[in-house]
Amino acid sequence: MSDTNILEPPTRTTKPPRAKRDVPTVKRNETIIEILSDSGEGAQRCGQSLASIAAKMGNGVWTVEIIPAEIQPPARSVAGASGNRVRIGSGPISNGGDEADLVVAFNEQVLLGRVRASELKPGCIILLESMWRSDRNPGVVASYTATYDQLVAAGYRVYEIPMEQECRKLVSDPRRGKNMFVLGVLCRIYSLDHDLAREQIAITFGKKDQKVIATNTDLLEAGWNWADANLDFRYSIPAARATQPQLVINGNTALALGVLASGMDICAMYPITPATSVSHYLSDVFERVGGLVHQAEDEIAACAFAIGASYAGKCSVTVTSGPGYSLKQEAIGLAVMCEIPMVVINVQRGGPSTGQPTKGEQGDLLTAIYGSHGDAPKVVIATSSIEDCFYAVITARKIAEMFNMVVVVLSDANLATGQQPFQRPQFSESWLAPPFDQSDIAAGSKPYDWDPVTGLARRFVPGQPHGMHTLTGLAHDRDSHVAYDPEINEEGLRHRSLKLAALQKTLRPPNVFGEDSGELLIVGWGSTKGAIEEAVERLRAEGLKVSSMHLQFLQPMAPGMKEIMQRFDKVMTVESNWSDDPNDAIIDEENRRYSALAMMLRARTLIDIDCWTEVRGRPIKPGTVAAAVRAKLKQ
Amino acid sequence: MTLEATHCLLRMYDDHHNLEDYQGGVPRWCTGCGDNAILTAMQRLCRDNDLRPEKTVFVSGIGCSSRLPHYMRTYGFHGIHGRALPVAEGIKMARPDLNVFISTGDGDCCSIGAAHWIHGVRYNMNMTMVLHDNHVYGLTKKQASPTSPRGLKSNTTPRGSYLEALNPLSVTLGIQNVSFVAQAVDWIPEVLYDILTAAYKHRGFSFVRVIQRCPEFLPKMFDPWLQNPQKTLVLTHERGLRLSPAMAKVYKNQQEHDPLDMDRARQIASIDDPIPVGILYQNPEVPCYEDLRHSGQLRTADYVRAGLEAEFDKFTVWPAEGEQSKPAA
Ligand SMILES: Cc1ncc(C[n+]2csc(CCOP(=O)(O)OP(=O)(O)O)c2C)c(N)n1
Ligand code: SF4
Repeated sequence: MSDTNILEPPTRTTKPPRAKRDVPTVKRNETIIEILSDSGEGAQRCGQSLASIAAKMGNGVWTVEIIPAEIQPPARSVAGASGNRVRIGSGPISNGGDEADLVVAFNEQVLLGRVRASELKPGCIILLESMWRSDRNPGVVASYTATYDQLVAAGYRVYEIPMEQECRKLVSDPRRGKNMFVLGVLCRIYSLDHDLAREQIAITFGKKDQKVIATNTDLLEAGWNWADANLDFRYSIPAARATQPQLVINGNTALALGVLASGMDICAMYPITPATSVSHYLSDVFERVGGLVHQAEDEIAACAFAIGASYAGKCSVTVTSGPGYSLKQEAIGLAVMCEIPMVVINVQRGGPSTGQPTKGEQGDLLTAIYGSHGDAPKVVIATSSIEDCFYAVITARKIAEMFNMVVVVLSDANLATGQQPFQRPQFSESWLAPPFDQSDIAAGSKPYDWDPVTGLARRFVPGQPHGMHTLTGLAHDRDSHVAYDPEINEEGLRHRSLKLAALQKTLRPPNVFGEDSGELLIVGWGSTKGAIEEAVERLRAEGLKVSSMHLQFLQPMAPGMKEIMQRFDKVMTVESNWSDDPNDAIIDEENRRYSALAMMLRARTLIDIDCWTEVRGRPIKPGTVAAAVRAKLKQ
Repeated sequence: MTLEATHCLLRMYDDHHNLEDYQGGVPRWCTGCGDNAILTAMQRLCRDNDLRPEKTVFVSGIGCSSRLPHYMRTYGFHGIHGRALPVAEGIKMARPDLNVFISTGDGDCCSIGAAHWIHGVRYNMNMTMVLHDNHVYGLTKKQASPTSPRGLKSNTTPRGSYLEALNPLSVTLGIQNVSFVAQAVDWIPEVLYDILTAAYKHRGFSFVRVIQRCPEFLPKMFDPWLQNPQKTLVLTHERGLRLSPAMAKVYKNQQEHDPLDMDRARQIASIDDPIPVGILYQNPEVPCYEDLRHSGQLRTADYVRAGLEAEFDKFTVWPAEGEQSKPAA
């Protein structure tokens, strides 16, 4: 598994300075830290704790999980890197940022993948576990020293830290305790609040006994002291504590809390990465507010179960990701045809097929809009921040019940595990679903009494006297009788479609970030919002007339977008899904496949909208967006 | 989610129903189709047990048999091929107060919906499923089904089907949590009715396989059994089916079988000639999934709010002392 070939050629050599005391503290506006280990060594817990401490101090934070696709990848392997990226800033942080300023690695192999993927800033600080230098296996020693030498030669400031050796002074199994030692080191380096750090240990290990908390606190202290005595650099990222209570959670927890807050009763699901943690969390807490999570035998059953529950009562929700979303298509069509409200959450991952289970992608937009055979109009909304994940579910439930429609909520793997503080929501009773109707139905009422203007019809719920009818996925008339008559078929299609227009009439034009007009408008949707807006800020600071617009509603689309676009010389979408590169040999204007949103917008507005996409299985970086925009402006 | 109170109130208005109260559209099945007998038995069952039509839902998949809900005047859900069970489970979970029945075909249940069948038995929710087993795909015009006897010539097996038939009774009896398994034939309506009634009264998931004639595609298939009552093995027991004296005179091939006896039930399940008719297995002790899952809590806004705020508390970073105090709980 050893691999020592670093892509970057050696540029200059520096010898890392050795330890000094009384080092000055350098102020920074923001910083990006990565902690990398083999799977199971706790780098993720270390990163999350670090982020929590910083958030409590009032810093803006954003975390990105670095996840190996396998549960137990081989130790010391490039592919096995597991950990966290934590971006900490003085102000709010909306994305994972560009390259890392400081990386902690528990072995040199887990570091290599990140180096090759250009995730490290040139010359950045690397804190490396040094024990491999004296490993019993000569192969390991060779790999370590070669990598070390190359890193140093490439200009990185590499500090070797005897992590396990230091931890062994406190615990018998240092492999398990290192992460909290490292947390101590990082807290010292970044001048984080000592008391908050200790408090965090108590929270992190809250479910364990006092002894575990004490040991880990000792490890934290040891790391702190070691850094204090041995490292010659120190930073601070000034923070302003928020005046309002903040929630610090990841996107999947936010989705789950949204389900709780929406008043829905039933969530049916089948486990699938990266959506599962929504259900993990819900399974733990939903029953405490009277709801339940049903783990079905597969996604088809989960969707059908949610449909049955919605049909007989309140709107229900099913949560899934790519492959599961594909399986649900036929059932989603049934809900559309029968006009049963349902919320479907799709935490997108890389596709097609099993694709990249742990990696984010925005590849399901067209499936969400057009999925299921025939004309199956449904509402599609996308979440663009952690906070949005919470409110989107509440909105989705409301729309679903108001319009008797399927509402698809698109999140993705980046939001799923990303953490970002946001203002603690103020509970409102209006979030909750009203009780379902059990009143008598007047004689002569029809189960599909479509309003000719809006397409809306009142839903009859079992239990309502005189509302008896048989709902069917076959084409049906207003009485829900199977009908193949051409007029009736079109009548159904028309009314199901009109509901989208009725919803669209209630939407407002999206906000423009930046000036209202200019040279280039970027249009985005979903988790890329933070990176796009940060890129716009940087570009505007350079004097470029760039703005952006981020869409929450993908189906129906908000009004007024064409008018906004017309105020810009150029329009380009930025997305994390595939589009053909116009520079490829056989790609031309006739055969180029545009990205999903670009395709939609081109069709809708007849504006020659370009697209820039990246599908690298990692969040799009603001720097990459900015570079793409500069290139576009030069065209 | 608790509906006990409204349920009790509605009960006070109970009135008596007659057969017409349960008769919906005019059945469009072929003349002589066994589905007609199942429909009639269901309507009688609803009437005799005074099921409130608005509190009763017939759920089905796709197939000739799955048309049944359209012919009832209750609530009905004619869904998609193979997925009647998960839909019905969702309904029952949301609304334990509703009477839920499922009609499914041998393709619908034993082929495309096989996973749901296995898990439906295991969930053991309180509802009744009727497998209309005509040994062939009817709606799609004569293809082999999993229960087609080996050698059956159909449009997809013109030289005869290749595989041994799947035995729905044996499969069901092999699933953990099975609580009610019975078999009936469409051409003995009295017994069909009695068995469906027992299934309805059983608290748990009742699986009833009805051997159903498809005169359109397999016109002679069951003639030998119709012509010779000896080829029907009637399972009787004080805890199971009891034959009327008139029926007992015709169907003399009887056997005492205690529905609690799983081993014997499995032996009987594997007999295909004579066709066993009666209750093979019944265990009233198996817990129902909906009972295990329901919290019994009324979800008032305050209740939800309290739960939500408690969760928020876990993740909240409070402002520094003095800047803002914690809101009152
Ligand atoms: C997903 C899907 N695949 C195939 C079909 C076509 N189809 C409809 S009914 C049926 C089989 C019907 O056979 P069975 O379940 O035995 O019911 P029967 O008509 O015999 O009562 C098939 C294959 C469909 N409607 N949906
Ligand atoms: S095709 Fe067969 S199963 Fe279908 S209605 Fe006709 S007789 Fe009944």
